[in-house]
Amino acid sequence: MVDVHGDGFADLLRELGPQVLGVLVRRGGDFAAAEDAVQEALLEAVRRWPDDPPHEPRSWLLTVARRKLVDEVRSATARQRREERVQREPAPGPTEQADDTLLLLSRCCHPALSPASAVALTLRAVGGLTTRQVAQAFLVPEATMAQRISRAKRTVSGQRFDQPGDVRAVLRVLYLIFNEGFTGEVDLAEEAIRLTRQLAAATDDPEVDGLLALMLLHHARRRARRTPTGDLVPLAEQDRSLWDTALIAEGVDLLQGALARDRMGEYQAQAAIAALHDDAATAEETDWVQVVEWYDELVRLAPSPVVLLNRAVAVGAADGPLAGLRELEQVPDDVPRREAAAAWLHEQVGEREEAARLYAVAAARATSTAERDHLTRQAARLRHP
Amino acid sequence: MAKYLLLKHYRRTSGPENVPGTDLPIDQWAPEDVDAHVRFMQDWAEQMRERGEFVDAQALAPEGTFVRYDGEGRPPVTDGPFPEAKELIAGWMVIDVDTPERAHEAAASLSAAPGPGGRPIHEWIEVRPFLGEPPVVTE
Repeated sequence: MVDVHGDGFADLLRELGPQVLGVLVRRGGDFAAAEDAVQEALLEAVRRWPDDPPHEPRSWLLTVARRKLVDEVRSATARQRREERVQREPAPGPTEQADDTLLLLSRCCHPALSPASAVALTLRAVGGLTTRQVAQAFLVPEATMAQRISRAKRTVSGQRFDQPGDVRAVLRVLYLIFNEGFTGEVDLAEEAIRLTRQLAAATDDPEVDGLLALMLLHHARRRARRTPTGDLVPLAEQDRSLWDTALIAEGVDLLQGALARDRMGEYQAQAAIAALHDDAATAEETDWVQVVEWYDELVRLAPSPVVLLNRAVAVGAADGPLAGLRELEQVPDDVPRREAAAAWLHEQVGEREEAARLYAVAAARATSTAERDHLTRQAARLRHP
Repeated sequence: MAKYLLLKHYRRTSGPENVPGTDLPIDQWAPEDVDAHVRFMQDWAEQMRERGEFVDAQALAPEGTFVRYDGEGRPPVTDGPFPEAKELIAGWMVIDVDTPERAHEAAASLSAAPGPGGRPIHEWIEVRPFLGEPPVVTE
């Protein structure tokens, strides 16, 4: 029996909605029509369950959603063949839920979608968030988010799905959700971790575990990342006693399991770097030589200007600031945070004036207020010793 | 995904020069040209909404007042309005888009709003990125 009066009711619907959608899509339902049918079924549950709670909530939702989908299909004669396919499909077994998660995620993260559309659709259709919650998380009007999601659904519905689905595209979207950094009513980092856990349970791909490890190893530091008033605290200055040791242990375990399978990838390499930082009791004890080795691996696997920039900072810490500055010469000028890295390296060399100038330039080019304020303070600190 | 402010100016004294022959103030346009311009602005916002990129659009009254703190316990000092102010912001749009290129494309489409005789006004739109949240993964 369902408790329809407590907080658990909304959570239950949020959990069951994506499961039911997965079943409908797997059984050949058109994605957009299936998503509409599930939303209607959820509304009906909200209306009817308080007076008449079902014994089997999942079957109830599936039956209602399926009926709505079939009604919708039946009403459109042009979709006759799709209806037959829905009716011919066998009933699902409980073990197929993991496959449904992967199926849904690969639909929602289809490469034909823009990153923002994929993120929005994933949070709504697999995360089970309401349109209002997704809109609130990204600080846009609900009407705009509703349009973004319905456009995404139309795009996905027009795509063919002959392939089992691109896990790489799914990982990229989950990484984006995690890295967004917003914490409103819904904590997107937590949401990304929850979805990546589901994906990890549904796949046998070390890169999925690598991404999950990466998220946990960074999420473990969340309480140390800001001061109580919201100021940014750089890694070297964080109070490491605030780090979540349970999350670190889980992340390291996952990473070791992934690395043992000997199929290296960029998320495993990034997680390895995060693990080396998490492993150091103090910033001074960081094994920078190993960090640089992992950056070399990352340059080989997924070269990008940002990786080169982070590598230059690591080289600066491992082999001295002058070595770091030499590496920095290979990083293009327009890479975000380049000046901040250059400022730090110049400060290590002892060139306070140049460091202060670069911190000020970095502050002017910062892409967030938290970074801008932090960099402004660095310039001020050097100019007023 | 990032938010951008698209600023519309009534008059600018800094920045690039306007395309010759596009400076006629709107109160001197023919009524049907004014109608077409207003409709274009409404349609533009609607299209942005349909694309899932619209955040906000506001117009500002041309005249405003300057206000300044004048010390503890004293009323604020005010100055203005200045009807002949050179630099005036007419209003803004806020959009939420995937790339800076897309922000520029949207601004350009706004700048193509019809003016006298239905010709595009080629108005300069100032595009300014919002400061957002710092990313979680920086190492």
